[in-house]
Amino acid sequence: MQILSNFDLCQSGQINSPMIMKNRSLVSIDDFTTEEILKILDLTVEFEKEPTQWLLEGKVVATLFFEPSTRTRLSFESAINRLGGKIIGFSDAANSSVSKGETLNDTIRTVNNYCDLIVMRHPIEGSARFASEIATVPIINAGDGANQHPSQTLLDLYSIRKTQGTLENLNIFMVGDLKYGRTVHSLMMAMSRWKATFNFISPEELRMPDEFKLYLDNLGLKYYEHNDFTDIISKADIIYMTRVQKERFSDPIEYEKVKNVYVLRDSMLKNTKPNMRILHPLPRVNEIHTDVDSNPKAYYFEQALNGVYTRQAILCSLLGIK
Amino acid sequence: MKEPKQMSVSAIQNGTVIDHVPAMYLFKVIQILGLDRIDNQITFGTNLESKKLGRKAIIKISGVYFEDEDINRIALVAPDAKLNIIRDYEVVEKKVVVVPDTITGIAKCMNPKCITNYEQVTTKFKVVSRKNVALKCHYCEKITNQENLLII
Repeated sequence: MQILSNFDLCQSGQINSPMIMKNRSLVSIDDFTTEEILKILDLTVEFEKEPTQWLLEGKVVATLFFEPSTRTRLSFESAINRLGGKIIGFSDAANSSVSKGETLNDTIRTVNNYCDLIVMRHPIEGSARFASEIATVPIINAGDGANQHPSQTLLDLYSIRKTQGTLENLNIFMVGDLKYGRTVHSLMMAMSRWKATFNFISPEELRMPDEFKLYLDNLGLKYYEHNDFTDIISKADIIYMTRVQKERFSDPIEYEKVKNVYVLRDSMLKNTKPNMRILHPLPRVNEIHTDVDSNPKAYYFEQALNGVYTRQAILCSLLGIK
Repeated sequence: MKEPKQMSVSAIQNGTVIDHVPAMYLFKVIQILGLDRIDNQITFGTNLESKKLGRKAIIKISGVYFEDEDINRIALVAPDAKLNIIRDYEVVEKKVVVVPDTITGIAKCMNPKCITNYEQVTTKFKVVSRKNVALKCHYCEKITNQENLLII
């Protein structure tokens, strides 16, 4: 059995009409070709202009959140509501039949009968791919453990294109937890399609894993690693901040040493490029000082708003409505 | 003096001989190829001396010829295996196994948080490196390499 993503198939010319997104699932960003990603971003522009469109009237979307998530769930539910769709689901596995010992297989087979599309977050990695093979309705992966969170990547791409006017040849700085952060891995791989240059700023313990650096090496893309913030950020087009989480450190003393090293402050932004924007998948704790919030280069709350439009575009694309 | 009895398994008229199987994986190879579920005459020897493998096993299967796709499934456990195709007691063809592009249901994903380690899901991998075997899980997308490779 061949296990190739649609991206692989299109690259190899085995899919001639890559633009048919209807009834497909979005599990990993690699499921979509560059052309398809751009189509979703273009559709997002339409929803930003006119967010309330009754395109999902009569449709039922299931939001199955097997682990708690405030932001992603509310963003998806806001997107569905703005499109006039109805929502069924749960926001905590404790409120579902999982607490009675039901397998994911059985939950998906059952819920599949009740809805037109499933949005799913699950702590187990690969659960969304598995669900997409069982379900006959499209599955949107809203996060499967530390693996993939493609709607976040698409909204990040949208935010980058919107603020920079292009996705080509940008200098992307990624800061914080680059080892475990799934958003930075997905975004890095996605941006590599547009020949980005990367700068990674992180503590030694949380450096970008070798497999991702090897990925960039194979593509011949440049990347640089730094242990702390320096004047180098004056070269950035995008600074993508992430949270350095205490629980990631085996030694609490190591955490104490670095916890304040990766804090972005307004005073550090003086020499940065005028087009530079600061992104963060949120929630933020202290890694961006609140004095940055009023700086026009702070973009993270707008980024969260873009998430609603992007999810509207994803929902409509997979349901074949737009 | 009695003549030593000649083993009746020493040669097969028609079929396949799989040589250079690591002795420890003999039964795994039998399982992967489904040899425990067929009626054909099968003989095997194990813990035979081998300069390359230390101890090797050999399997002789009468009346069975394998498709390359099937035989390559043993490549993960017996990468040095050699096949002799026998017709009328003569070796008419020799084959080596090749690690295939994909591996289904043979290896275990090393990621303890992968769905394949939680539910009844057949594992699937894309082979991303053949030399030092590295398998990318179709589900969790993590890499299982030779050091962590566990055969189910």
